[in-house]
Formats: sequence, C-alpha cells, structure tokens
Amino acid sequence: MSLDFKPGAFSDFFRDETFRESFTYRNSPDAIRRFPFPFDRDEYMYSVNMEPHVPGRKGSVFEKTFDVDEHYVSEMIDRAKVLADDPLRCQSLPHMTLAGWDTLELIMEAKARDYPQWFSLTKEGDRWHWINRPLGIDHTFTFLDESTLPYGPFEYIMRQTQGDWTLQDERDGTLWLDAGVATSQADWSADFDIGMNFHEWHAPVPLAHDLGVFDRALKFLLKLQHGSPVRRFNWTMTVNPLLDTSPENYPKWGPTKTTLTQENLGRKQHLRVELQSLYRLPRSNAIAFDIRCYLGSFEQIVTVPKWGRRLHRIVRDLHPDLATYKGFIRNRPAMAEWLSKYDDGAPTSPGWWPED
Amino acid sequence: MSGGAKLPVRVAEVVEVNELIKRFRFVSRDGSDLPAFSGGAHVVVEMDDHGTRRLNPYSLMSDPEDRSAYEISVRRDDQGRGGSLFLHRHVKPGMEFVLSHPMNLFPLDNRARKHLMIAGGIGITPFLAQIAQLSHFSGKFELHYSARSKPLGAYMDRLSSAHPGKVHCYFDNQSQQINLKTLLATQPIGTHLYVCGPKGMINWVLSTAESMGWPKLALHHEEFLAPGTGKPFEVQLAVSGKTITVGTAQSLLEAMEAAGVDAPYLCRGGACGQCETNVHKCDGTILHRDHWLTPEEHAEGCKIMPCVSRFEGKTLVIER
Repeated sequence: MSLDFKPGAFSDFFRDETFRESFTYRNSPDAIRRFPFPFDRDEYMYSVNMEPHVPGRKGSVFEKTFDVDEHYVSEMIDRAKVLADDPLRCQSLPHMTLAGWDTLELIMEAKARDYPQWFSLTKEGDRWHWINRPLGIDHTFTFLDESTLPYGPFEYIMRQTQGDWTLQDERDGTLWLDAGVATSQADWSADFDIGMNFHEWHAPVPLAHDLGVFDRALKFLLKLQHGSPVRRFNWTMTVNPLLDTSPENYPKWGPTKTTLTQENLGRKQHLRVELQSLYRLPRSNAIAFDIRCYLGSFEQIVTVPKWGRRLHRIVRDLHPDLATYKGFIRNRPAMAEWLSKYDDGAPTSPGWWPED
Repeated sequence: MSGGAKLPVRVAEVVEVNELIKRFRFVSRDGSDLPAFSGGAHVVVEMDDHGTRRLNPYSLMSDPEDRSAYEISVRRDDQGRGGSLFLHRHVKPGMEFVLSHPMNLFPLDNRARKHLMIAGGIGITPFLAQIAQLSHFSGKFELHYSARSKPLGAYMDRLSSAHPGKVHCYFDNQSQQINLKTLLATQPIGTHLYVCGPKGMINWVLSTAESMGWPKLALHHEEFLAPGTGKPFEVQLAVSGKTITVGTAQSLLEAMEAAGVDAPYLCRGGACGQCETNVHKCDGTILHRDHWLTPEEHAEGCKIMPCVSRFEGKTLVIER
C-alpha cells in the first residue's frame, strides 16, 4: 500500500494550479464570494474570538465540518512536495499515536458524511475501507493497527487533509503540542514548537499576553468538550500565493516582500486567512487544532466593495506591533495606498458577509 | 455552554452486581454508535426523579472502544441526596435518559512507562475503562483494589481472570491492607500512580507517595464530591435579577437551574471549574466544598463553586 496520488484528472471542480514557482493559484468567482473574510468591523485587535463550530450558512466555508474546496487536490500535491523535501514538517511523539487515530476517524467520518460524492468510509468491525476519489485512494486497513497503513495514522490522514494541524496532549493543567504538521503555515514551525506547552508556543505573540488573552484561552480550551468544537479566525499577509511560508524556508520567500510595486501589488499581495477549529478527541482526550489557510489576492478581495473599503481601513489603522509581528510593517504604506483607491469613505455594514 | 452537546439514550439493561451496586447499560435511542471515549471519563446523567431534576456524574466503566453502549456502576447511598436511590429503585430497561458527552478529569498519562492503579470500593469504575483501553495497546499496568469484603468487591473476579498477575485484591474485613510503602518503593522509573476511592485513601496514597519523593506530576487522583446537604439559604443573582432559596437537599447550581437560570457546568462535582462564579457581596460564611479553588481563594471569598458549595449567614450576592 502506498499513498501515491492518482488524481482522477482535475475535474470541473478541482483546479490544477501551483503554490510555488509559476504561482497559478487563483480563486474562481464563486470561491471569492465564499472567501472567509475575517473582519466583521473596520478595526482589529486580538481577542478570544471563539464561537461554536456548528454548520453555518449554505455555500460558505462554515457549511461543513471540514471545508473541501476547489484547491483541495493541488494543496495535497503541494503538501506531498514539502514533506518530500523536509520530512520533519510532520511529527508525532510516541504517546500521540492514539490521538492520531482519533483525528483520522474524525476526518474520515465527517468527510464521508458531508461529501459522499468524493469520500466513502465503510466499516466491518475494525476493518475500515476508505475511498478518497479526488486523490485516487482506495485503501482497506485495520483501525488502531498502525502496521496496516503506509504512514502513522496522523501523517496518513494529514496527507489527505487541507490545513495545518497540531494535536495537544492535556496534562498538568496545560496543553502540550506533541504532534503537528505544518506545510501551509504563517511563519511558524512544527519542528521547532513540538513538545512546547501552550504558553511556550504563544510566547512570541505581542500585546495579547498583557490583555490576558492566553490565560483565558487556555482556561476555555481545557474545558473544550467532545461533540462541541469551536472555531475562530486569524489572519496575516503573504506575498504570492505561497502556502509554505515556513521559517525553515524564510530565505526563499522573505525577500519577495521587497518586490511589491503599485502596479503588481493587487496581483501579488494576498490576504491570508486562517479558519482555526478545535476538537476534543474521544479516545486520547487530546485536542486537535486545525489551521486552515485561505489565500485571496488584493485584486480579488476588492471585487467585493464592502471588503475593499474595510481592508483598507484595517491595514491603515492596525497597531504597529501587530503589523510588525504579522510581517508586513515595511509594506503597510504601499498596501494602504493601493487599497485606498477602493475606499470611498462610505460606511460598512457590521459582519463579514459580502452582500450585507 | 451549560453542559454542551447531549446524547439521548435508553436503558438497555440493569444488573444487580452486589447488595450495594447496580450496573446500568445505556444505548443510543436511534441505534447509532456512541462516541468512543478515554478511560477515566465520566458522563453526567440527567434524571427526572418524579419532578426533581437531577444531574449526577458517573464514571464510564465499559470498554472505550465498545461504541454500542456505555455502562456505569452506581453504589447506593442511603444517606445521599437521592440520585443513587432513584437509579436503584426506579430505573428499568426501556427508560430514556439524556447523557452529556464523556469528559475526562482523570485521564491516563500516555507517556507513562507503567500505570500503577489504586482503587477503593466503587472507585474501581474509572479503572475498568482505563484497563480496557490499555489492553488494546498492550499498555503496562498493575491494579491494587480494596473492598470492604469479598462480596462487595465488584468486578474483582472478572479483572483477576482477565489479567492474571496484574490484579491484587484486599479485604477490610480480613484486615488486609496494601503494603503501600513497599509497593511505591519498587516501581520502575517512569511509573505514574492513579488513585480513586474514599477521601481518606486518596490522602493516604498521595501523601505517602509525596513523602517518598514521587514527582507530583506522576500522581493522579479522582475524587467526586456529591454536593452534600445542608441548611436552606437565600442567594441573590445579580445578573438575572432573581433571589432564590436553596433547599436542604439541593445544590446552589440546581436551585439556579430550577429558577430558569442557564448557568455553566460540566462535572457538577467541584472538580472542573466550569461553574466558577464571582461573589459580589457576602455577609456570612461560604461553605466551600470544591477542590477547584485554591485555599487562598477559599479564604478570600471572592468566588464560589455553585455545584457543591453552600452558604450560611445573612446575605450572599453572586454574579449570575
């Protein structure tokens, strides 16, 4: 058994595109309308902005537990390339294997339920039959028996799942990042963070500590219950539709920040949105953290007039420490200048939906 | 999020285990699988006891991989507030209940090289599920289990025959006691210790282990408090704008719920911290019965855990 993809040809839905070199990634017009624009008002500051992760508006990225969109197949091919170059991007400490099985079950059951046209899971006792049609996978394996999979359960399912994930073990009154995969990350490293506890891996974040955000967030998460997942947004800025903005590869992508001009900015500068969701896992009592990345170029974002106005105000007025931490302080004036053409000063309606 | 998502179930079986203990088996009402869970987890069982709403936590004892049913074992407490008596006297197969999703305040540390378990009486129940879970992965464990007498040693025979050499039983009426110091002195490095049973036993095991130099992070215990009874008292709820009276056999949390106030909770046993509530004004004495707040917080009197704690005095105003 191997996990070589045999994508059954990119269909009308799944786009054949790249997140590197040629950068052919684009959102279709439909995908722009459903883009998870993360700002529900014209200003931004950190908060524990958690809400229940329940099915949301039809057609939105909240409709299903795990959003499988037009970029799925190409993202998985990109992940396989990153892992081939650097296997340490996916790690699981020995005591996290059970949490890996929990994660595999969570994803397989949800996708088979929500996307029966693409995914199928049938069980005969411990023998599970999994079909992933977009990636051309048809496997039978024994649940909880690692020897029947080509990778450990965590890496196996992560190679078929959009988003970076971490698995947190709960012990000693805190959470420990004891497994993770990061190939579409906003400049953090699973290899660097593995084994750290909640306050350790959040240590570099500015301002939020003084606001008490992390103490409150940890207290909240320790009470997270199975069956009641939660979600929040985070966001940053990325030049080019590059998924793998890793610290390991900073020398390759960092300098691209110096290439922006007023002429190319709309095409190259991307708003990078993370739809983060958290799940208490049943067998391991661990917490799974899904950081799903969506990229939208400025020129595509401003096709929604409300978003163009609001993004301009957010970028222009953001606290300088946050612009620095998010890595765009040097380009902020250029970004604000470009966006100002799409802000006529009209008021914006509350909430993030495009049409309201 | 008072209680979170719920599981609608039906009683499939009631078994008298011995003169004090009954076992209840719950299946989902629509026949679907229940969620798997982690050994040591409990569920909150919602009961309608002839008009009185009771929500009591019980450890799950069945195999966490058996998704066809959940089992709990309940010891009858003739002096308690009535939850166990209701279950023992009135609950029959076919009756419908609502359970919380499982939650775990007594999890195994999966890094442990060996799990050393010490159980007293009905404290055996979380270990039954943990042992079943460990057995799926050939996890190393050793159980020392005390009961008042042989007939009251629930599940001893089942455990001993399934895990020969790993289960050690002790009976109070034969004056048998765990040789704790020797046991703790002879464990391999990387062993984690778990204890569940009466308060006195928990204190004895933990203090002995600490005095012998065991690292605190390797010591785990579970002690569920029943809310306990007491004198009635009056409480003002500042946010809801209500004044309620807490009855003798009622907890403050239950009295709030009965008054239609949706207060947060998870364990209802003074352990998880979910129902922690700020005290606005206290003219009297808060009878703290939880083990969530620190001794300093108990002394300050600025917070109260409504699931187990009570009040005596003139005025209590809380933020709820």
